[in-house]
Amino acid sequence: MTSLDSNEMVLNMGPQHPSTHGVLRIVLKLDGERVTGTDCIIGYLHRGVEKIAENRTYVQFAPYVDRMDYLAAVSNGLGYCLAVEKLMNAVATPRAQAVRVILTELNRIASHLLWLGTHALDIGAITPLFYTLREREAVLKIFENYCGARLTTHAFRIGGLQYELYDGFEKEVEAFCTQFLPKVDEYEELLSGNRIWRERLRGVGVIDVETCKRFGVTGPVLRAAGLAWDLRKSQPYSGYEQYEFDVPTRTSGDTLDRYFVRLDEMRQSVRIIRQAVANIPSGPIMTKIAKVVKPAVGEAYVSIEAPKGELGYYIVSDGTTHPYRLRVRPPSFVNLQALGHMAKGALVADVVAIIGTIDIVLGEVDR
Amino acid sequence: MMKFLRSFLLIDLLQGLWVTFRHQSPSQIETEQYPSERPAVSERYRGAPRLNVHPETQETLCISCNLCAVACPENLIVVGSVRNPETKRKDLVTFTYDLSRCMFCGLCEDACPVDALELTQDFEIASYTREGLIWDRQALEEGPRPTQYRQ
Repeated sequence: MTSLDSNEMVLNMGPQHPSTHGVLRIVLKLDGERVTGTDCIIGYLHRGVEKIAENRTYVQFAPYVDRMDYLAAVSNGLGYCLAVEKLMNAVATPRAQAVRVILTELNRIASHLLWLGTHALDIGAITPLFYTLREREAVLKIFENYCGARLTTHAFRIGGLQYELYDGFEKEVEAFCTQFLPKVDEYEELLSGNRIWRERLRGVGVIDVETCKRFGVTGPVLRAAGLAWDLRKSQPYSGYEQYEFDVPTRTSGDTLDRYFVRLDEMRQSVRIIRQAVANIPSGPIMTKIAKVVKPAVGEAYVSIEAPKGELGYYIVSDGTTHPYRLRVRPPSFVNLQALGHMAKGALVADVVAIIGTIDIVLGEVDR
Repeated sequence: MMKFLRSFLLIDLLQGLWVTFRHQSPSQIETEQYPSERPAVSERYRGAPRLNVHPETQETLCISCNLCAVACPENLIVVGSVRNPETKRKDLVTFTYDLSRCMFCGLCEDACPVDALELTQDFEIASYTREGLIWDRQALEEGPRPTQYRQ
């Protein structure tokens, strides 16, 4: 700290700052209004989830993964279940896979909706928040009807599903899809054309594909930079190869493009959900696995396309009912690394926009 | 010229305002007036736990098998039982459920072989004390009693 330039000012942002989306603390080094450097200080929400996993059985640990990225609990559950299933050489039944796809895509919509609302709120557009939360409520209601919880769902079990679909599930999901698509156009009407929104976001937090690759950034941030990299396409899991959808990309890699990519992703999710709901295979929801989950000695890594990017689970088994080591590759944590690069030279007010556009959840960053 | 007119007449901003205006009708109100208006939670809702009793004999359905306590990730269930010398079965004596640590994952409910332990639709389980969240057998059988407010 002694070598600070006399012109440099250090500003603490967070951990209580509402725009840091949780408890992220950023030490901003400023030259006037320009950011010359950022230091992310994380760990305020550290709960030692990976260590907890070593003291729980495979089945018992499943509810904990919901609490990492709590806005996409279903995606987390899917990643964990797929990893344990790979370890056990088990595959979920076709019916379970279809239901998993529907619920994870609904979760992607819910996660993007909350992102859109809070991101717009950070920038200064309050209105979208109310509308997006209203639509998100419909998704959460479907989750509640299906598995009994809205946020930390614990919807999937190792080997399939615990709950059979309730009566009217298909109808409810279809009704949501029908009324949701016009709503996305409504958000566009509110924001996309709005010149304040456009001018505020264009050219802010630019990142190119090469830099994304260097940092390991995935998800909408990478796709907005121009690379159509989506694990659902490149290494399909849970039956994603059956569904037709596009991977939305943009070219300039700024905050505005990331906004467009996420809006398009919501539309694509609706497309996937519609295809999946139209033909859910009948049959059992649980594949035949041993009642006590006890994988053989070995290790497995499974990554899925979570709403925020590549979400990976790496599990080492020593042949007991507990994982020997469980490591999570969270998209938020990796994407957050790019903050320094994106914020360099930006204005202080833009830092808020950049944090919002990376779409981090601190529960996942700190774990 | 068109572009100038569009920006001069604030078309883009009025377009957004029109969206907000469309949402003004009272039929669009989504707010629930809790507590006078209570949400209808779903049938599968995982809320306050309940230890079911037989509807006629009022005897507990629990067979003290301890499976829920084993299944619980947080180890918050303690089942106390004594062996009945006549029937050779375990009789339930105490059942403690620490709600303050519960994350409502539903694993205990899934583990129960006789549907004695169940997560119900009751969601108003707040307490002024930590001890108030540690439920004994009686509290589990009766369920929570939230304050009823008059309109």
